[in-house]
Order: sequence, then structure tokens, then C-alpha cells
Amino acid sequence: MSSFFKNTDLDINKAEKIVSETLNKCDDGELYLEDTKSESIVLDDNKIKSSNYTKDSGYGFRAINGDVVAYSHSNEISEKSLRNSGKNLKSTLKNSEGIYNSEIKKTNQKFYNDLDPVDEKNLADKIKILNEINEYSRSISGSVKQVTANFLGERKNIEILRCGGELLKDSRPLVRINVSVMVEKNGRKETGVYGVGGRQSYDEFLKNDDWKKICDEAYRIATTNLESKASPAGEMKVVLGPGWPAILIHEAVGHGLEGDFNRKKTSVFHDLVGKKVASDGVTIIDDGTIDKRRGSLNIDDEGTPTEKTVLIENGILKNFMQDRLNARLMNTKSTGNGRRESYKHIVMPRMRNTIMLNGKNTQDEMIKSVDKGIFAVSFGGGQVDITSGKFVFSCTEAYEIINGKIGSPIKGATLIGDGPSSLKEVLMVGNDMMLDPGIGTCGKAGQGVPVGVGQPSLLIDKMTVGGTQI
Amino acid sequence: MIKEDRFLEKIADFCISKSKDLGSTSSNVLVMNTISENVNIRNKKLDGSERSENLGVTLTTYIGKKKASISSTNFSENNLIELVTRCIDSTKVTPEDEYNSLPDQELHFKGEKNLDLYDITHLSNDEKINFIKEAEEVAFSHDKIVNTNGSGFSETKSNFILANSNGFSDGYKTSQFTAYCEVVSKSNGSMERDYEYSSKRHFKDLLTPKQIGESAAKMAISKLNPKKIESNKMGIVFDKRIAQNLLSTFASAISSNTISKGTTFLKDSLNKKIFNDQINIIDKANIKKANGSRYFDSEGVRIEDLKLVKNGILKDYLVETYSGKKINRKSNGRSSGTTNLYFENGDQSFDQLINSEKKLLFIKETIGRGANIITGDYSVGASGIMIENGKFTFPVSEITIAGNFNEMFKNIILADDLEFKYSTNSPTMLVNGITVGGK
Repeated sequence: MSSFFKNTDLDINKAEKIVSETLNKCDDGELYLEDTKSESIVLDDNKIKSSNYTKDSGYGFRAINGDVVAYSHSNEISEKSLRNSGKNLKSTLKNSEGIYNSEIKKTNQKFYNDLDPVDEKNLADKIKILNEINEYSRSISGSVKQVTANFLGERKNIEILRCGGELLKDSRPLVRINVSVMVEKNGRKETGVYGVGGRQSYDEFLKNDDWKKICDEAYRIATTNLESKASPAGEMKVVLGPGWPAILIHEAVGHGLEGDFNRKKTSVFHDLVGKKVASDGVTIIDDGTIDKRRGSLNIDDEGTPTEKTVLIENGILKNFMQDRLNARLMNTKSTGNGRRESYKHIVMPRMRNTIMLNGKNTQDEMIKSVDKGIFAVSFGGGQVDITSGKFVFSCTEAYEIINGKIGSPIKGATLIGDGPSSLKEVLMVGNDMMLDPGIGTCGKAGQGVPVGVGQPSLLIDKMTVGGTQI
Repeated sequence: MIKEDRFLEKIADFCISKSKDLGSTSSNVLVMNTISENVNIRNKKLDGSERSENLGVTLTTYIGKKKASISSTNFSENNLIELVTRCIDSTKVTPEDEYNSLPDQELHFKGEKNLDLYDITHLSNDEKINFIKEAEEVAFSHDKIVNTNGSGFSETKSNFILANSNGFSDGYKTSQFTAYCEVVSKSNGSMERDYEYSSKRHFKDLLTPKQIGESAAKMAISKLNPKKIESNKMGIVFDKRIAQNLLSTFASAISSNTISKGTTFLKDSLNKKIFNDQINIIDKANIKKANGSRYFDSEGVRIEDLKLVKNGILKDYLVETYSGKKINRKSNGRSSGTTNLYFENGDQSFDQLINSEKKLLFIKETIGRGANIITGDYSVGASGIMIENGKFTFPVSEITIAGNFNEMFKNIILADDLEFKYSTNSPTMLVNGITVGGK
């Protein structure tokens, strides 16, 4: 049974009738219902700076005909509001003569539990731990001058009602814990940031005083940066550490393999399926099925079960990531990548957990092979221009490599590369694949969705490093 | 139809009085309604249309020096009671913070609201489609424009009431019309994109479809077949749309929040010279019809005009109530950030500026968030056009530009071509001595 119609004049039969009446001459579409509670508790400058709780519910009603999408959403779940939305959709798709595609795969797969991180732990306990995080971080060293820590928790319940009355449901927990430490020494200030998260309870990350590791790591990064010198500028070899640096994969090729950009032929990859786009030994997947990961989903936001989609296999481009709209227009099937930030947003093909699989080299071999280059361990964030293929990311922890040895830490520099060529310049793929700690949010067309990444260490022949030392 | 004040006030009053009943000593509430209609087109054909209607309430309750907030989109009485109750419960368990309070009553905005921020004009979907289709048609009249990334038109109308338990209750309607066109150019295996957009409170103030399409096409074509250049230290000319980002970074470095925590490279810079003599920076909220104009900030505090930088010297911070108390300064109405922030014009023409060195690099786009406001370090990916002897010679891409704001700010030279296109605006800007990372 649906829980969305409890306090309204609408019941599921009435809703289904409006959905079917609106969509019967459309190719696809659905009513997406969402009920989300979320919290953000922030400790800053020794104080609980804010404690926010948000409850948001609403629907998004979508009708698709050919390649035209009409969308109407509202936070008023009522018969009148839904009828108005229906009218609105019909007025956009005036002479629609489509045949509704009612086919959708079924699943019982569950990659996370139906739990409520916001209410299963009370606010006072969360505040207590944030205060402990503050005290502990400041106790590590006198150089720690500022600590910011936050808890972000959410439970999102969704239901998707399709023409003919099919109802698909999911309940998604998500938490994230972040610690940022500012250190000061001899007048120089640097920060270190670390966080963890996933689709589980806060306690999974807090038990056995595990939260101290988050503080230790943030402190370690900050103090490393205190010793950093100006970064070199120009083209050089780059060794990427395992785990979070896989945002390189996400930016360099991930976005360019999303179905919409390829259907519209604005991605540099649109005519490269079956062609070599990466070095031998490079295999990249997008996987929505990893247990409790931030980017995992039981079903996507159109109701399609998620899967493990092979994007690049041994250097050859195999598949794009698809939602239903782009899959239909490209004569293929949805890969379960149809996602949206909330009921206020339209569905687009988006990544889940994007991962490069293991190769056979060790990180040590990579470092030893480099005469002059940099070793990038962690990044702040990245961005890509899909059309030109140029992408960037900014280092938050990096070192110079001189004559096969790791040298001094270097200041946060931006690295820039070219998506289609950068994966052809992968010289070695490591055997130490790691997933990120569960902190990624991907932005596209103004919508943020939680994602994961993973990779082994990588050696890239050349990238341009944005330092100040020539 | 956008909700009228009476409806929003009723919700606001209910939340404030319910909070008081349940034990709050003071409270603050924002009730907001936004209706937005967008059309998107691609290759001169309708791609999608979207209508959204949002109602939201955000309540902050105080019990003495304790504070917590809730927000929701469900306005049923039962839900509101549940949320106020939850907010009060959260407030009780949140530790005291001596700096928590509503703003001083004497700072509340009182006065005329005559800035003309609401345009009642409503365009039908077909009118929106025709407007933006014309822009794409103009862009496609250029041979090298082969595709679009999508173009769109949106019309947004909002109304809100902000109220607090010290008697402040006010709000107003605003409108925003936005048109954008993003096109793809192609030539000799090179594919580039660029965009033009126009966003104004009044429909009549928008650029014409022709101007938008023409500008997007020209910029996308000018980027084709770029070269990478050698790493070098050189003068960078920042296009206005990029120069305004440097001004935004400056603004975040002088907010009372970052100043009070010491997490900014401009800590201890008040009354010190941080730019050269010619530089003046203004933040002014009361410009008619302007995108950044507002009557009061998110706490209901009136907004003073600020001359943040005068002859290169930092004269003021952006202050809100909470963090202002930590540095002993009264709010100057910046809890919502800056309003219409701009550099005053420099004394050189654009032509003089680009002729000031034999070789300069004109940057039209940066990529990545490479500004660190704690250290002042700056490093971003970039693309642009080479300028040699005052002439634009060839497009450049896949490079980085890097420097430190402490030094960069002192080297800023401005042209005299300021326009009020965004809410933060800069004339074209030349900065010498920036490191370009290339080959």
C-alpha cells in the first residue's frame, strides 16, 4: 500500500486514473512521489552553529512523447493539484500519438536496509559526539585552531506510479560525517578535510570510536599541507593514489558516457562505441549494486532495477549509461541510471558508483618509474566540459616525485586533462583498488545526487599541473 | 497565481504564536512561494517544458541562547504543529551559544519599497518557445554551429514573508526572466561549446534573442581548433564574466563569518591596502530593477550602502548578526551575502588594456573551483584567446592559471567597461604575473 495518500483527498485509484488519462497517448512517463526527512547538524568554532531538520514531500508528474518531456511538480499532494499538473502536461504535448511503454523490469534486490538514520539516534547523542569530535581534534595538537564538523542524515521514501497502476517503491537511508581542521604554524594556515558516509546508520561509522580516525585523517592532511611548497606548473607524469582520486574517472570519462549527451551527439564519445578509448588493461564499470554504498540504489528514480554496467572493457568503449528516455531513442535498454535530485527535478542519466577495476602493477613500481612528476593522493572536486572533453580536479594532498622517490608535499594545484586522450595515456594500472570513503556528490544541470567512485593507483603519462613554479 | 501576502502572513503568524505557546523565547520565520515555468529547446525544437510551484516554511526558535531550525513544504495545520513541536524539542537539547539572538530591533528595515523588483508580465509557453527559438535560429545561421546543448527560457515569480517575534513582518514579490542559448561549433575535428545568457527582473530588460544567439555563436566559433601554449608567467586579461568570480571570492573572504573564525587570507586586513590605489569596490542594494537589489537581508535588517574598498584600502566587512557579535560589529544587512557588488570603472579603455603588453592571454572561461580563501591560493583550468600586439590571434585551451590573491589583487588594472549584467559585476580586468601551466 502507498503511504502517500493518507492525509489527502486522493487515493491510489484516483491517482492512477489521472496518471493513465494523462499518459495514455504518451510514450512514457510516471507519477513520482517522494517523502524526505533530512537533518544537518553543524559544529563550528566550538559551538553547535546550526541544527536543521527538514521534511519535504511532493510529487513530480512526467509525460514523454518522442523526445519531448513535459514535467510538472508540486508539494501539494491533492486531487486538484494533480489534475492541474495533468492538464499542464497535456497542453505541452498537444498532439501526442505515442504508445505507452509499460515494460519495466522487476526486482527484489536490496542493497541497503530500510532504516531511518535521522530518528533512530536522538539529537542530543549526535550533539554529544560532535562536541567530542571538536575536543578530540583540538587535543591532537596545539596547532589546531579551528574545527568544523557536521552530521548530514536523510531518509527518502519514493513511490513510482505508472500507467496501469504499477507501483514501485524504495526507501533510502543516507548519512555523511565530515570533519574539517584548520592548523596554524608560524603564521601559515592550512586545512584538512575528511569524511565518511553511506546508506546506513550513523552508528556504523561511530562505533569503537571510529570517528577518531576521521579527525586524525583531517589533521594529517592539514599538517602535511603546512609543509607544502609551491607546485610545479606544466605537463608531467602523474601517479594517482587509490580510492577517491577516481573522481578523475568520473570527470574524464564518466559524464561523457551518459546517454543524454551521446544521443544529442554533444559528447566527444558519441561515435566511439566499439572503439579503443583507453589503454589496454583499463576496465571501468558503473555499479549501483554495491552494499550500502553512497551511489547504490535498489531501483533508480524511474523504477528500473540498478545493475553493474560495463562502460569500458580492456580499453574498448562498450556501453553508455541510460535512463528510459535516452535508451528508447537510442534503441537500447535503460541501465538503471535514471536519477533525479528530488521530485522537483527531471530525470537524467547519472552515475552511481563508477569504478576502475584492478590491474597488476604496484604503486611502488609506478613511483619508481617517474623521474619528475607528482603523486596525487586526494582531491577536492572536479569538473568537465563534455563537448571539448577537457576536465579538471583540484589536489588537496599531493607530493612531488623526483628520480623515483616521493619528495615534499606541494600546494593544492588544479590538474587539467583531456577526457578522451587521458585514459589512453594510462601507463600502469595498480592492484590496490579502493572505494572512496562515501562522500561524493555529483552536480549536473543544477541537480546534486550522491555518487561513489573507486580505482586502483594509476600512472598517467602526462597531465598539465596548475602550479606557480615554472 | 503567486500567493498573496495575507496567505503567507497567516502561516508566519501561526508558527510564531505556536512557538511562543510551546516555550520559545523568540523566533524567526520565513514563508516563501515560488512559481517557475521553463521551456527548453534543442535544435530549434521543443525539448521539454517544466512548471514548478514551491511553498516552503523555515522556522528558527530560540530558548534563551539555545537555537534550532526546521523547514517543511507541507502547510497542513497538523504538520505545522508537529514541526514547531519538533523544533522546540531540538532547541531544548542544543547547547547554549552566547552569540545567538535575533537582530537589534532598531536595525529592522522600515520604509518605502520602490525598487521595482516585480514585473507582472507573463509569457505563455509558446511565447517563451518563440523567444528562445529565435536565438537558436540566429546562432544556427553561422555555418560552423552544428548543434546545441540546449537553450531555454524561464520565468520565475516569488513572494515571501519574513517575520520575527520582535515585531518584524515584511516581504515583497520579485520576478526573474532568464534566457540562455548554448551552442556547439565544429571544424576540422574540433568541437567546442559556449553560451550567452541574460537574466533580468523585468522582461523588457533582457538582451534580444538576436543578441543572445549571435553572441553564443561567435564565442563558440572563436574557441575552435585551440592550441596549448608553453608554461609561462604572463599578463591575463579576464573577460567580465570571469572577472566577477574574483570579486565574489573577495566577498567571501571578508564576511564576518570567515573573519571571526580567522579562516580567510584577508584576516587583519581592515584599513590596510590590499589593492592598488585605483581600485574601489561598492556593494549597493538599492539600484532600481537590479538583480542583486533587496530591501532587507534574511534577518530583516536594513541594508547599508558599503564602500568596501576605497583607493585600494579595505574599509569594511560584510556583517550579519551572529558572527558580527564575535567581532564586535553591528550587522550591516549582509546575512544574505552581497547585493549589487561591483568594481568601479578603471580609467583605461578595453583597447588600451589589451595593448598594454605585447603578449597577453584573454581568459573567457575557467573550470574547477580552485580558489582557497584560507591561503589565498588560486589555481583553475582555463581556456581563452591569445592577444598579440593588441590583436586576438588564436584560441588556447587545456591550460591552468595560478597565483595567490594577495599578490593578484595588488596587480589588478581595470578597464572602463562596467555593465550591470549580473548581481556581481566587474569591468574587464588585467592581472600581470600569473603563472600559466601549459606544455
